[in-house]
Amino acid sequence: MNDKADPVRGTPDPATGTPGPAHATPGPATSPPGPAHGTSGPATSTPDPARGNDSRRPAKALSTRARTRLAAGALLTPFFVLFTVAMIVPVVYALWLSLFTEKQSGLGFDGPRTVFDGLGNYAAALGDQAFRDGFWVLLGYCAFYIPLMGGGAIVLALLLDTTLARARRFFQLALFLPHAIPGLIAALIWIYLYTPQLSPVVAAMEAGGIGFDFFSSAGTLPSIVNIALWEWLGYNVVIFYAALQAVDRSLLEAATVDGAGNWRIAFSIKLPLIRSSLVMVLLFTIIGSLQLFTEPLILSRGSGSAVTSTWTPNMYAYSAAFERNDYGLAAAASVLIALVAAVLSFAVTRFTHRKEARS
Amino acid sequence: MTSGTSRTSNRWLSKTAVNGVLLIAALYTLFPLIWLLTAAAKDAGNLLGGDVFSFEGFDLAHNLSELTAYQDGIYFRWYGNSLLYAGIGALGCSLVSVAAGYAFDKYRFRGKEKLFALVLLGVLLPSTALSLPLYLLAVETGTVNTYWAVLIPALVNPFGVYLSRIFSAGYIPDEVLEAARIDGAGELRTFWSVGLRMVMPGFVTVFLFQFTAIWNNFFLPLVMLSDKDLYPLSLGLYNWHSNANADPAFYPMVVTGSLLAVTPLIIAFVVLQRHWKAGLTAGSLK
Repeated sequence: MNDKADPVRGTPDPATGTPGPAHATPGPATSPPGPAHGTSGPATSTPDPARGNDSRRPAKALSTRARTRLAAGALLTPFFVLFTVAMIVPVVYALWLSLFTEKQSGLGFDGPRTVFDGLGNYAAALGDQAFRDGFWVLLGYCAFYIPLMGGGAIVLALLLDTTLARARRFFQLALFLPHAIPGLIAALIWIYLYTPQLSPVVAAMEAGGIGFDFFSSAGTLPSIVNIALWEWLGYNVVIFYAALQAVDRSLLEAATVDGAGNWRIAFSIKLPLIRSSLVMVLLFTIIGSLQLFTEPLILSRGSGSAVTSTWTPNMYAYSAAFERNDYGLAAAASVLIALVAAVLSFAVTRFTHRKEARS
Repeated sequence: MTSGTSRTSNRWLSKTAVNGVLLIAALYTLFPLIWLLTAAAKDAGNLLGGDVFSFEGFDLAHNLSELTAYQDGIYFRWYGNSLLYAGIGALGCSLVSVAAGYAFDKYRFRGKEKLFALVLLGVLLPSTALSLPLYLLAVETGTVNTYWAVLIPALVNPFGVYLSRIFSAGYIPDEVLEAARIDGAGELRTFWSVGLRMVMPGFVTVFLFQFTAIWNNFFLPLVMLSDKDLYPLSLGLYNWHSNANADPAFYPMVVTGSLLAVTPLIIAFVVLQRHWKAGLTAGSLK
């Protein structure tokens, strides 16, 4: 970083000459550093005095503006280069790939050829019962998961926020700890806890007369919802609790003086005030749900599991790529998942009175 | 909240109810971790048949030596890989994010908010929907099954930029930068020796978040890597778990390996409580 600092600092505005071109360097803020480095050579010698005389504006103001422009560019470039490489290009590439398909040539002598197929892959994915079923599975999952997660996290956060709660730091940490566990390991732990030979839970339930097979077709969804709930509940509690802590206390006191009870305060004052947190959690929960993969994948590897290899849309995309080697179809499925996420995100933010991008 | 004398018993009841519910929730989150702790110490026989909460068949040392011995200690190679991916990835990511967040906060330039909106769009892009295209791209560029395939995507986190912008606004007063400029410091030098120092809490927060995210990531390594020597912990454990169906000897290795894998993260979270809370707060408030 320090090495970079010098050449850029050495090229204040004189490099670009008159104010005209300096302003003309166009829209994308990422572009300046590229050319800037290129031109830095000649300009290395004494900056200000050189052009100080002939510039029409006060040289100092001018140079400050160009300097900040260069600095902003230099600071933003690393991120946007990586952002382009790791996010934009893959998205564009996926869009491109999704338009092609491999066809066996007539007699099969030449091997498969890649041919343009328009929206064929999308039609194939959408036309595939397995892919559509994946979305129904997700819908069922969300129907369980979102109310449990949202309701549970809000209730726990409100309880933590009451004056009655003790040992708040302990509870926050205890609830949050599962979030430190990698999703894969969380799934492993719970699958062991679901396995009859291994599990104290199953044994205890059987002793209580409840026979429940976590791996049966009816048990699969609750099994997975439970794992996700365990991983994320505390995380969301902490978010809500932090938001609640920021609520102006004098407002609550005023309400108490006016005779509002705890319930009334919670629902009429606290919840509306943390709405932006609620929206954010809902948004991330939906995006997270669409990505459901690790937990069912591991469940699907168990013997006698009801989870198929295309159980969720993500698993469908994965199996299209790695089991069927149909990259076009896999790309189309990925694009469709991202598209659903975008539409839902948009709907959620829209529906809940869009908040300004803060700061 | 109201504490009239007639309501003392009522209050006591509410207090019990409130803390009771919290306690049940805490038991729910802690129970599997306690199970992991005791199970990791057991031999295969007791893991499959024994009492969960006792340390009956205590054999942690044996399990650890198994872990070390299997395939010349490949487990610890995975551990090293995880540290490498998460450590370097998170360090690079926080540097890059803080620089960008600082620029978004402190400078005015044309198209700034549009560019920032692009970053926010990136936050909303499902990462697994991105992993497959990344894989296909890596195949095309020949970087598949290399360290780079996992490391480069780990350097990018749009949410880190978003957080950094908030932190920069909160921690770096404009006057300080102005003072540095008057003293003749160049813009990048100001960022490096003034801005970055002041925004350190934000830097640590982004680092912590990204470290956890990379350490916990499973899907990307799963699609990218086929060489076992490059596996991170999650992928290695998954591999062993898949073998456990056929050979129960893998059970203790998976469980003990999982315990070792989560230990540093749990310690980090306990020690750095202040920081992750700051991060969550910054992300959710305002």
